[in-house]
Amino acid sequence: MYLATTGRRDASAPPRTGGAGRRVPGTVLALGTVSLVTDISSEMVTAVLPLYLVLGLGLSPLQFGFLDGLFNGAASVVRLVGGHAADRGQRHKRVAGIGYALSACSRLGLLLAGGATAGIAAALAADRVGKGIRTAPRDALITLSSRPEVLGRSFGVHRAMDTTGALLGPLAAFALLWATADAYDAVFVVSFCVGLLGVLLLVLYVPGPHPTPPTSPTSRSGKAFDALRDPGFRRILGAAALLGAATVGDAFVYLLLQRRLDLPVGWFPLLPLGAAACYLLLAVPAGRIADRAGRRLPFLYGHLALLGVYATLLAPAGGPGPLLLVPVLVLLGVFYATTDGVLMALAGPVLPADGRAGGLALLQTGQALARMLAAAGFGAAWTAWGPRPALWAAIAALLAALAGGWALLPRNPPGARISERRTA
Amino acid sequence: MIVRFPSSAAPLGPRARIAVVVAAVLLLAGGSVGYVLHARHRSQGQLVDADASFTLTGPAVYFRDTASGRVAHQPRAGTTAARTTGGPACDRFYASGDSALCLRAKPGVLPKSYAIVLDRHLREVRRITVPGVPTRARVSASGRMLSWTVFATGDSYATTAFSTRTAVLDLRTGYLIKSIEDIPLTIDGARHHAPDVNYWGVTFARDDNRFYATVSTKGRTYLVEGNMRDWSAKALRQNAECPSLSPDNTRIAFKKKVSEDPAAPWRLYVLDLRTMRETLLAETRSVDDQAAWLDDGTVAYALPGAAGRASDIWTVPADGTGAPRVAVAGGSSPVAVG
Repeated sequence: MYLATTGRRDASAPPRTGGAGRRVPGTVLALGTVSLVTDISSEMVTAVLPLYLVLGLGLSPLQFGFLDGLFNGAASVVRLVGGHAADRGQRHKRVAGIGYALSACSRLGLLLAGGATAGIAAALAADRVGKGIRTAPRDALITLSSRPEVLGRSFGVHRAMDTTGALLGPLAAFALLWATADAYDAVFVVSFCVGLLGVLLLVLYVPGPHPTPPTSPTSRSGKAFDALRDPGFRRILGAAALLGAATVGDAFVYLLLQRRLDLPVGWFPLLPLGAAACYLLLAVPAGRIADRAGRRLPFLYGHLALLGVYATLLAPAGGPGPLLLVPVLVLLGVFYATTDGVLMALAGPVLPADGRAGGLALLQTGQALARMLAAAGFGAAWTAWGPRPALWAAIAALLAALAGGWALLPRNPPGARISERRTA
Repeated sequence: MIVRFPSSAAPLGPRARIAVVVAAVLLLAGGSVGYVLHARHRSQGQLVDADASFTLTGPAVYFRDTASGRVAHQPRAGTTAARTTGGPACDRFYASGDSALCLRAKPGVLPKSYAIVLDRHLREVRRITVPGVPTRARVSASGRMLSWTVFATGDSYATTAFSTRTAVLDLRTGYLIKSIEDIPLTIDGARHHAPDVNYWGVTFARDDNRFYATVSTKGRTYLVEGNMRDWSAKALRQNAECPSLSPDNTRIAFKKKVSEDPAAPWRLYVLDLRTMRETLLAETRSVDDQAAWLDDGTVAYALPGAAGRASDIWTVPADGTGAPRVAVAGGSSPVAVG
């Protein structure tokens, strides 16, 4: 954790292209550690929650599905609020900290709620609100503590650590359930403890308010949608939303895989772990490539990997299972590695420092809403025409979105204009 | 702009911070380990097999005791009757004839369940591992045909939706159908082809051949009548879930979706198979259970319990009259034996 103090060196270092030997900013490592720990905590609960609610409490799947959908929708709105609050007075750390603490405390809520549906709903809501609040301030902190030319790598490192936590969480949860013979409360207690540790690490190791002069010339009036005035940001948001609207969602990809391979249903939860492992391995290299080649191309090419996923799923049946399984999971991992953090690295430098969290929140929310739309559309196409025509439609939509994204995304290299912007 | 990070990071020095982190890790790890050990100790106290003295001997109502998670029984009459505990640990239970079926969730990385076939002395006869989470169990009157339904978690169009797998086991031949979803199905006189069929809640007729179940396809649910020998099924009517055939085989108790309100979607009905007329029962709350007939005039079902109990068993007359009343406080999976 001592690396947390190297932020100063990054700031004062002479600008040069990010070399292989340069260290990742301490703040990024600190935030990565916080995310790793927090993701262990939250994925532990996510992995066992359906089991707990349906089997342990006898809540009907319908009720659970309703709650889950409701809160996921609400989370994207909360994200905008979190981003806006963080920008006002540069309170990124405090807002993110509140989000992390809220999620950690929601585990206690689950524990105390017992079987009461209202209590469980409140605890779930607190968790989603916490998650919504913290995402944009955290990503803004990453952009603010990294020099623009190594931003891709910084996001790569952060996402790799984050995904590590997401991989470890379910394993830890099921190990606990196994060891305690289904004591869900033990999972909640451990998740709470791990979550608290995450909050503590954030408090101790992530730097607080940036001493930005409050009356800088470019200081914005503080409106939530200010970022939309910037044509560069508008283009990025448009491209992300366009491509998001052609991203059908992992659940469908896994379902198609399971159907094609006739996998035992029990293996279903393991499929996302395969893609996550690939994402984890590729996040840092992809970020580095994005730093060298400019983030526009990796982001666009990353969607070609998604195109590859769709095409592989359309390949004629037959042949050994791994021939289908491995390419799909690897390509999905490549897609996430080259698009998730890279998009933040693409957009971050375009936004002014005092509107960054709000801008990133806008971008994430726009992308999330577009993806929800895509999932709904694909689901409808599947129901109406069957899986193969639906996949062909997804391919056509993605090709069109790629062409649109190609035209929309700003071409200028992440150089002069950008560093000028962020020091303004 | 990124100046003076270290000084603004925290008022503590690096050593003090490490000390705080180490102390916190020790404290939180200690708390976690302590709680896990406590939970482990607590759950080890729960036996999973039936006591030798606990057998299927009626007349009595057998049920899952929610406090212990084990099967218990009590006399048919009276709500305050003393219960006898000591049965196997099950998440869902049913018994009839000489057989009992116990569905037990198996802790582990993948959601799995055991379908455990028990004899009259509740000794294990056969155990089948099923991927998914237990939800419904039924045994035919003779004890020959068994069926169970599990939620196959994650096997769905969206991560928040669920799908089901229903199996049928013939104890006389030993033949197991792991999923009945391939059964040729006729809806409105036409052969139905769709990949999204889900079956749940089987109930068997006395001839050990005819059965009823719910099928869901293209967003609709149907009551289907199936035939084991011909291996065919036809939809009888729409919007009828979790059928339960009366002991005299003339009526079916089922839950019908009456509201889009996710908090209270279902009401209990009884369908007369001769006239195909349905009767709304006096239970006004939403019931998410496969009802069980205690006799030809009474159905029993579980509802979320009062006073912190996971669930209570209620009974209501099967002709739409009367009023629901509590039969077992802290119970689920009711079944009349003997």
